[in-house]
Amino acid sequence: MTLLTVTDLRVAFPGPNGRVVHPVDGVSFTMERGETLALVGESGCGKSLTSMALLRLVPPPGRITQGSGILLDGQDLLSLDERAMREVRGGRIGMVFQDPMTSLNPVLTVGDQVAETVRAHQRIAAAAAKARAIQLLGEVGIPEPAERYQAFPHQLSGGLRQRVMIAIALAGEPALLIADEPTTALDVTVQAQILELLERLRESHGMAVLLITHDLGVVAGRADRVAVMYAGQIVESAATDRLFRSPSHPYTQSLFASIPRIEGPVGRLAPIPGTVPAAHAWPAGCRFQPRCPRAEERCAVTPPIVTLAGGQTCRCWLAAPTP
Amino acid sequence: MTGSLARALWLAWRSPTGRIAAITFLLMALVALIGPHLLADPTLIPDAVSGAAAPSASHPLGTDQLSRDVLSRVVSGARVSLAVAALAVALSLTVGAAVGLIAGYAGGLTDAVLMRLVDGALAVPRLFVLLLLVLVWDRIPLAALILVIGVTGWFGTSRLVRGEVLRLRRAEFVQAAEALGATPGRIILRHLLPNVAGPLIVTATLGLGDVILLEAGLSFLGLGVQPPTPSWGGMILDARPVLLTAPWTSLFPGLAILITVLAANLLGEALQSAFDPRTA
Repeated sequence: MTLLTVTDLRVAFPGPNGRVVHPVDGVSFTMERGETLALVGESGCGKSLTSMALLRLVPPPGRITQGSGILLDGQDLLSLDERAMREVRGGRIGMVFQDPMTSLNPVLTVGDQVAETVRAHQRIAAAAAKARAIQLLGEVGIPEPAERYQAFPHQLSGGLRQRVMIAIALAGEPALLIADEPTTALDVTVQAQILELLERLRESHGMAVLLITHDLGVVAGRADRVAVMYAGQIVESAATDRLFRSPSHPYTQSLFASIPRIEGPVGRLAPIPGTVPAAHAWPAGCRFQPRCPRAEERCAVTPPIVTLAGGQTCRCWLAAPTP
Repeated sequence: MTGSLARALWLAWRSPTGRIAAITFLLMALVALIGPHLLADPTLIPDAVSGAAAPSASHPLGTDQLSRDVLSRVVSGARVSLAVAALAVALSLTVGAAVGLIAGYAGGLTDAVLMRLVDGALAVPRLFVLLLLVLVWDRIPLAALILVIGVTGWFGTSRLVRGEVLRLRRAEFVQAAEALGATPGRIILRHLLPNVAGPLIVTATLGLGDVILLEAGLSFLGLGVQPPTPSWGGMILDARPVLLTAPWTSLFPGLAILITVLAANLLGEALQSAFDPRTA
């Protein structure tokens, strides 16, 4: 069953010289109940902004443009009033942020911060909210949750803090959990634990997880499907094993070529030349074309979105059937 | 209340000046609280007025020209001066924090309007406004004096709080609270206010000294606390004719002002450096 349908999502910001730029430019995807979708891309590709747009929290002066569509359980989030939208935030959509060092309030105990979100989404007494918070802290694998309830964020390790953030995100029993680079700020050893925790909670709570990351290694084996973003657009999407076996977009192929591999011949890594250009400097036609090793003349024209076998989609001329 | 707050208070207590200032201030408050119950009525004028008498066993700080006991007047003056200062500072702190929090969090037009009003208010000299307001009353009631000092004292506080809020509102934990459905009121009270508690405590402590001086000044001009209620500023005013012949009548209230204001300022500075992360 479809949980989330995003159609043609566009976020507009005032750009240089009075122009309007779209750092998120026509993003469309769907998510099934209980599925994990990974949104992958380099910094500046618009993946975090996409997740904030789902919660309608685009930082001003940015705004979501007319014609964008966000349907959660068939309900149009873009037509909700602010009050109803607040209930969605932390309620049906939970969110885990990148840096647990800065996303917890330093002067409140971690338990109070969990209980606060519990009470923001359920009408229950303070004592019941506290009991629920302790239960959530236990569920995310925090040892001695009743004692840790009283701890301040600075008294906990990074991994424990991220577990607290996840407990807060779970407080409203969300149907969709957005995890924006949930392990980027953590030690490698802790990363795997947090990803395993997210996986376990997804199963026990029947949540869908939108995993936002720049790290294809995080995606492998964790996500059901992957959407690769480049310059404000999804350039390729596919089931995870299919994407890893046969990446179709030159950008995705370049991403794989830039990751070190354990098997196979030892050779130089192939970094992608250049960086993602800023939103006001995107080229006409294919946006990857200036950095693409396989660019052709027709790439100056906006490429079509081609659907390949198994539902894999690719925004590239090279994937198009030759006429 | 909170970990970092308790830590800063502890740091301030551990610094020598902070501790001396805090003890002095607490002693002064204690004297103001219980002293008047132990001493003679400060307004009592004996039937036989014998003029100002030098300090003696029966009047440790002497008497003034109406033969009133200077010690009991200084002690009662402490009660009046500290009460006026505490209430006026509490009022200006509340208003200043509320305006600063709302302006900083709401931003946009609300912020612009509130801050231009504050800019305007800050451009008017406070003493001028106070003199104008207290002249409206022939004999200003104590409650009105507190109100007038309180409502003319919050402008700086509101700016300070707004600045802190502008810094905090882009903080990730505030964005996280928004993303998890916290209402604006909840964000202001639970996430922003506790994080500006430090600067507010420093402002309050330094403000106490300022307001004690201000009240003493107004009372000295005869526009503050009205006789027969004793106040330090009023006592110095009364003592003017005998300044040279009976110096104890003005010396002791003057010393009381000096010690209290000095203690408030030193405590404020100790708290300031305790809250400063660079010295922690």
